[in-house]
Amino acid sequence: MNPVMTYCSFCGKEEADGDHAFCRQRLSMIDPPRYCSECARRMVVQVTPDGWTARCSRHGEITSAR
Amino acid sequence: MTAAPERIDVLDEAREQVLERGVGLSEAQVLQVLELPDDRIPELLALAHEVRERWCGPEVEVEGIVSLKTGGCPEDCHFCSQSGQFPSPVRSAWLDIPGLVRAARQTRETGATEFCIVAAVRGPDKRLLSQVRDGIKAIREDGNDIQIACSLGMLTQEQVDELVAMGVHRYNHNLETARSHFPNVVTTHSWEERWDTLRMIRDAGMEVCCGGIIGMGETLAQRAEFAVQLAELEPDEVPLNFLIPNPGTPYENYPVVEGAEALRTVGAFRLALPRTILRFAGGRELTFGDLGAKQGMLGGINAIIVGNYLTNLGRPAQQDLDMLEELSMPIKALSQTL
Ligand code: SF4
Ligand SMILES: [Zn+2]
Ligand SMILES: [Zn+2]
Repeated sequence: MNPVMTYCSFCGKEEADGDHAFCRQRLSMIDPPRYCSECARRMVVQVTPDGWTARCSRHGEITSAR
Repeated sequence: MTAAPERIDVLDEAREQVLERGVGLSEAQVLQVLELPDDRIPELLALAHEVRERWCGPEVEVEGIVSLKTGGCPEDCHFCSQSGQFPSPVRSAWLDIPGLVRAARQTRETGATEFCIVAAVRGPDKRLLSQVRDGIKAIREDGNDIQIACSLGMLTQEQVDELVAMGVHRYNHNLETARSHFPNVVTTHSWEERWDTLRMIRDAGMEVCCGGIIGMGETLAQRAEFAVQLAELEPDEVPLNFLIPNPGTPYENYPVVEGAEALRTVGAFRLALPRTILRFAGGRELTFGDLGAKQGMLGGINAIIVGNYLTNLGRPAQQDLDMLEELSMPIKALSQTL
């Protein structure tokens, strides 16, 4: 089985590669995810007044709604 | 021996000129305010707040905004993550009409009186304008009486007339920065072209919303220049943004405007624009955090964008509404704006 690679959804680089503290801070404050965490594709993101949706062409849609 | 003539303090001048007479500060005076030492910021903010209360009243105007068409813009505004000219991670997206109606409803539910529909374009084409027309119709059919503003880039006279006919009551078009700095920020169109659109909007009877972004490498003198250029336009509203250094844009490594400097800017802009709706817009979360937002509201700001922005997120609307309640600042109601 291939290992599941996870990517930073702010910068799109591998989570295991480098420091993503700044990315995490931005994601916690003012940024929706921009890259798919499974494949690092850029996602189509729609921000609305009370949330966001982000869609990867391969892995589908995630939203801010819990 | 003759004593050196005593220099009149700019805040004393402002008290008499702006607070008492309602006359905005000149460029030289704004620059003096921007150069005040940190220990005079509380005094500046207190005066700016008094000016705001005297000339605008106690109400705060609450607005929500949404991006109808995101990304892929042909222009090269160096701060913008939606320009198609930079390797920004923001991809093109269109919001459908049901999504727009929902966004307007969410905004109205916060008590907001303004809903601004924004598109990342040089100017609107037929498709965009028809989407806006259908969107406004659908928002009204939803029973939503919120006032609708648009921000769709540069307009022709015909497009201005169309927007008026659709019932758009205010149009946002930012000059972004001082005229002298603009060519460093945007090369695909000019400050003057933006100015022309603004004149058309004004002449057609729409309210003019025009502001910009602080922290794009402009000098303090250029910040002062920008404030008086805005005053010359006499806009109904000035949205004040602080640069969010977004990945892939030419400004991605620019520093975030520091809180004290941002507060000085807020105070100075209020003293240059005593009667304008001065709105906290993007970037305040990074620049100020929660404490600074309060200081800004007590330092000349009388309007906010609640909820998320176009490509960036804001803090939850409820947090801002709670802040206004804590500050005993009433939210402007629709009846007051009609
Ligand atoms: S015109 Fe608007 S959307 Fe386009 S790059 Fe400039 S600021 Fe961004
Ligand atoms: Zn990262
Ligand atoms: Zn994916």
